[in-house]
Amino acid sequence: MTPNPNLWLIPMLPLAGAAINGVFGRQSSKKAISAVALTFCGGAFLIALWIALFQFSSASAPYYFDLAHWLRSGDFHVDFSFYLDQLSLVMMLVVTGVGFLIHIYSVGYMWDDNGYYRFMAYLNLFMFFMLTLVLARNYLMMFIGWEGVGLASYLLIGFWFTKDSAASAGKKAFIVNRIGDFGFLIALFLLIKHFGTLDFPALFANIQPLSPETAGAGLLTSIGILLMVGACGKSAQIPLYVWLPDAMEGPTPVSALIHAATMVTAGVYMVARSHVIFERAPSALTVVAIIGALTALFAATIGIAQTDIKKVLAYSTVSQLGYMFMACGVGAFSVGIFHLMTHAFFKGLLFLAAGSVIHGIGGEQDMRKMGGLRSYMPWTFAVMGIATLAIAGIPPLAGFWSKDEILARAFDTSWVYWLIGVITAFITSFYMFRLMYMTFGGGEYRGASSHDDHAHASHGHGHGHGEPHESPWVMLGPLVILAILSVFGGFVGLGNHFEHFLDPVFKVASDPGLQEPAREAGEKTQEYLLMGVSVAVAALGWLLAHTLYSSRPQLPARIADSLGRLYKAVANKYYVDELYAVLFVNPLVDGSTTILWKGVDQGVIDATVNESADTARHVSDNLRHMQSGNLRSYAGWVAAGGAVVIAYMVWMGVR
Amino acid sequence: MVPLSYYLVLSGILFVCGVLGFLIKRNIITIFMSIELMLNGVNLSFVAFAAQWHALSGQIFVFFVMVVAAAEAAVGLAIIIAVFRTRETLNVDQVNLLKL
Repeated sequence: MTPNPNLWLIPMLPLAGAAINGVFGRQSSKKAISAVALTFCGGAFLIALWIALFQFSSASAPYYFDLAHWLRSGDFHVDFSFYLDQLSLVMMLVVTGVGFLIHIYSVGYMWDDNGYYRFMAYLNLFMFFMLTLVLARNYLMMFIGWEGVGLASYLLIGFWFTKDSAASAGKKAFIVNRIGDFGFLIALFLLIKHFGTLDFPALFANIQPLSPETAGAGLLTSIGILLMVGACGKSAQIPLYVWLPDAMEGPTPVSALIHAATMVTAGVYMVARSHVIFERAPSALTVVAIIGALTALFAATIGIAQTDIKKVLAYSTVSQLGYMFMACGVGAFSVGIFHLMTHAFFKGLLFLAAGSVIHGIGGEQDMRKMGGLRSYMPWTFAVMGIATLAIAGIPPLAGFWSKDEILARAFDTSWVYWLIGVITAFITSFYMFRLMYMTFGGGEYRGASSHDDHAHASHGHGHGHGEPHESPWVMLGPLVILAILSVFGGFVGLGNHFEHFLDPVFKVASDPGLQEPAREAGEKTQEYLLMGVSVAVAALGWLLAHTLYSSRPQLPARIADSLGRLYKAVANKYYVDELYAVLFVNPLVDGSTTILWKGVDQGVIDATVNESADTARHVSDNLRHMQSGNLRSYAGWVAAGGAVVIAYMVWMGVR
Repeated sequence: MVPLSYYLVLSGILFVCGVLGFLIKRNIITIFMSIELMLNGVNLSFVAFAAQWHALSGQIFVFFVMVVAAAEAAVGLAIIIAVFRTRETLNVDQVNLLKL
């Protein structure tokens, strides 16, 4: 443990930026706002980079910095303190790096929006909370960040709050997250009760000597599962994933930053950070793996039939997050983090490129109204193509390395996980290339120019859109950088370099029984075989998409017709939202209406207040007649009162 | 020596007469006199107790009461004259401007 006094600057700089822009932004010029937002966010990135390059060494890690005391209660204490080990270093670099790029992009994307200063302030605020989350030294600090990013997410999803759908999407995200946070909180309470601390090093040192809990549930298993409930909410896993697709109502940079690259991966980070707990709770780990695998497959199938370009990417994000959880669930935490990082590059890029498309054609998001955009926006096409290849798992791009590693590790645990992973990879490849062909491929641009007006109104882009155009360089620059990262970002995983970097975090505390079995020569063949399969399915998905959406474009409609109800179910997201509405939302709304509102609120609380007021009025109405103005009746009352007092004294005796 | 109880009974009778007069009579001057009657009923019990217990304070209280009663009579009669000048009546039932 080495102190590092620079750590606290990293989250605090974006907070300062948010404060300045939030307070003075309304009066400032857009240039000043951009300068403030980019300076403070970029400053955080530079400090993070500087720490990573010149100060960080695995020998002296982890670093920490205690900023201030917070809670002191007997032996229990929680401080504002930051913590930097290999894991949080990776997260910090991803968050600040991708975050900074998206800040730059937002300058171009949101320039014409009236709420520009608000947007930039929220983005900086998000950076502050996200960095608090990843740099926290205890679970409570992490929880501050956890809730804070939820708040920022809410504010940014509902950024265009005059639009009903955006406002309710924000509420949905917030409420669904609250369910997950409930589980997280209970896990924290259990930790406090049984271990008396939330400080990571102290807590994990306490847990480390415990032996793994076997199939029967125990304390660590319940803590693990509750933590996973929290992760399900934040990272959009079954059954709490429903908020993420709706979150696409937010501006596209938000979708890229919060709902693809960083915030939604917080759950994966949290599970990885709690690996000491999970490694001693195999049942909880199995739950993580199953939820991850199911979500990966489930969300991918929904992605096939979506027509909104951002919705496809949203379901793709849910699916890829499932991958990460599957990796964590089979004990390959470092691989999950690896995929988290590469995913941040290519999914951030995909969203930003999609934003560039949407920007270029005046706010239209329906892929059926796109097509042929390749000639209009070659740069966007190029970078989005790279990202698609990366997410599909075509070597040697970033997604290939991490995804392949996950599949290999899943195969080590059980072939079922591997199979689900491969099927998901196939579907992923298919819907991503489908997206490419529908957006950029084909001959003609299908969007009519007549829809431009209302699209402008709803998205707040002020300038005219005669025909599709390429985005300005302030937007393309970040795209190109992310594209480069998507191409080369995977190479850090070559020779398990990335994994060994994270080893000090995951291995030190790890239980011997769960350690990765040493690879023997015979297993190399198996590894290459698995690699071949995953590349093959990716290529197959591409081929299928090419057949359906490029060479024989009339075929998809025919297939959809022949599948009938199945296709309809997929296109309607398996009616999960409707199911939740029937099972949870409507009973809650009805119960609140009839019992809480009309029963308790109106029947008991309001009635009590009204009744007491009525009673007081009636009584005083009657008493009023005593005050007749007749002097002698007053005197009579005085005399009567005196007589009563005297009578009392006579009968009861004087004391 | 006359027993204490006689004085007290007389004092009570005087006081009750005053109260009844106060309640029944409508003329302000009569009511005023009833008040004086009540005060004197009280005064009587004061001096009776003072004589009985050989305590001076009761007698002194009586002087105080008489002084206050005199002051009250001065002010009260002034008010009565003022009322009569403006309202041309001394009937309390008709002096009811403060009635709701």
